[in-house]
Amino acid sequence: MNKSSSLLRRRKLIQIAIFGLFRLSAAINGIALLVVVYFLVARGWRAINWTFLTQPPREAMTEGGILPCIVGTLCLSLGAILVALPIGVASAIYLNEYARPGRLLRAIRIGINNLAGVPSVVFGLFGLAFFVVWLKMGVSILAGSLTLGVLTLPVIIGASEEALRSVPDTYREASLGLGATKWQTIYKVVLPAALPGILTGAILGVSRAAGETAPIMFTAAVFYTPSLPTSVFDEIMALPYHIYVLATAGTEIEATRHLQYGTALVLIVLVFGLNLIAIIYRARLQRRM
Amino acid sequence: MEHSLKIKIKNLDFYYGDFKALHDISLDIYANQVTAFIGPSGCGKSTLLRCLNRMNDLIPISRVEGQILLDNKNVNDPNVDVVTLRRNVGMVFQKPNPFPKTIFENVAYGLKVNGIKDKAYIASQVEKSLIQAAIWDEVKDRINDSALGLSGGQQQRLCIARALAIEPEVVLMDEPASALDPIATQKIEELIHQLKKSYTIIIVTHNMQQAARVSDVTAFFYLGKLIEKDDTETLFTKPKLQQTEDYITGRFG
Repeated sequence: MNKSSSLLRRRKLIQIAIFGLFRLSAAINGIALLVVVYFLVARGWRAINWTFLTQPPREAMTEGGILPCIVGTLCLSLGAILVALPIGVASAIYLNEYARPGRLLRAIRIGINNLAGVPSVVFGLFGLAFFVVWLKMGVSILAGSLTLGVLTLPVIIGASEEALRSVPDTYREASLGLGATKWQTIYKVVLPAALPGILTGAILGVSRAAGETAPIMFTAAVFYTPSLPTSVFDEIMALPYHIYVLATAGTEIEATRHLQYGTALVLIVLVFGLNLIAIIYRARLQRRM
Repeated sequence: MEHSLKIKIKNLDFYYGDFKALHDISLDIYANQVTAFIGPSGCGKSTLLRCLNRMNDLIPISRVEGQILLDNKNVNDPNVDVVTLRRNVGMVFQKPNPFPKTIFENVAYGLKVNGIKDKAYIASQVEKSLIQAAIWDEVKDRINDSALGLSGGQQQRLCIARALAIEPEVVLMDEPASALDPIATQKIEELIHQLKKSYTIIIVTHNMQQAARVSDVTAFFYLGKLIEKDDTETLFTKPKLQQTEDYITGRFG
């Protein structure tokens, strides 16, 4: 009797220790985010004011604001999603719903996985060579959006495929059993059920696109322009590139420290904001079901 | 009452890859009757059922030989459009599988995908089907609520209503009550009794009492072969083969 109760105590202690470890791991994530945000806020909040958010930079970028960068990053993120979401979802539908298993399907999947592993600076060079030079788009919002879109594609395809796979086959059978065509089944039943998952992929994609520097530095972003874009063929400033420029290439690196942190803070808030919109939309979709 | 021949299955073989799941099945199914397929798990009864509306087409490695004649037309003929076939041969599945849509949209779905746009007709057809499936009184006040909020038994009757809305000629039921409690099961069985006036019904079931209660004709399958087929009463009281008797008396299976 005594032996078994001490054994039970031991087993419970082990359980408590293991759960403690898991809890710690989860906490580290949260703490890391808090530390990052704390640093940005502590060092950048002095830079944030109305002028900062609504004016272009002045005096060799040591004064004024970052409005062109905010607008530029919004344009690029939106452009990247417009490029990547339709192509990504269409690819995922093909791979998951139409393609028959075989060598071709395996090859395409390997291609997509490799695309996800390509460093972003390589996408930047590709964008420069292909969109900017060869397709003669020049350094522009269009070239940058396409480059970021290509970079985002694997994320969106992966998330969309996962979302489509998680739609139970019983839905497909029920729909086909009622005399729906395969496309009607996908369009009316499978896609709506998968939409929240697809949106999650889009959130991840747009977040990544908004924060990337390397892919846009050759394709879309410029060091300095006071004017806002008027067409997709304009070059623009962007938040991540602006931080990079202020921190490495300016003549007043130390004097603009607070501006660098302030810009980073704006970028983070922007990404959170984009995520929040998508999360709310996603929650509304799920409630409708 | 004289019943007309609805489906004639002739020397049907079915393969999953190299595995032969159905061996030389020949079977006649008559209109306005309930035909039950019974047999132990893996005997091929569900496979045969899914041959009738070509649901097995979804399995890439499957292959079918022999004939299934629906109103004297081979359903596997290259000229037969599988979408049209499934519109005429409805199906109710083992687990209730309503779409994550409203109750109304679930029942209207079959009509809409088949190109019916007349809103008044759709609404009347939805109501009629829900009444036919004996669930109208329970859902009429929340027809625009999600179907996923219904109980399992209600969901299954909704799925039956969904199948009936497009007025198929044949209704296939793959263990329609196996996931339900006894009260819901009883409702489904009463419903099947009502439905045979207008439809040809084929039901796969594990539950022999259920087969005895609801069906007019019973076919017993074992290891992919049709062992015995007869009027339900005869099959359950005076089976011709020892194997059938062993199964229905619970000595194996």
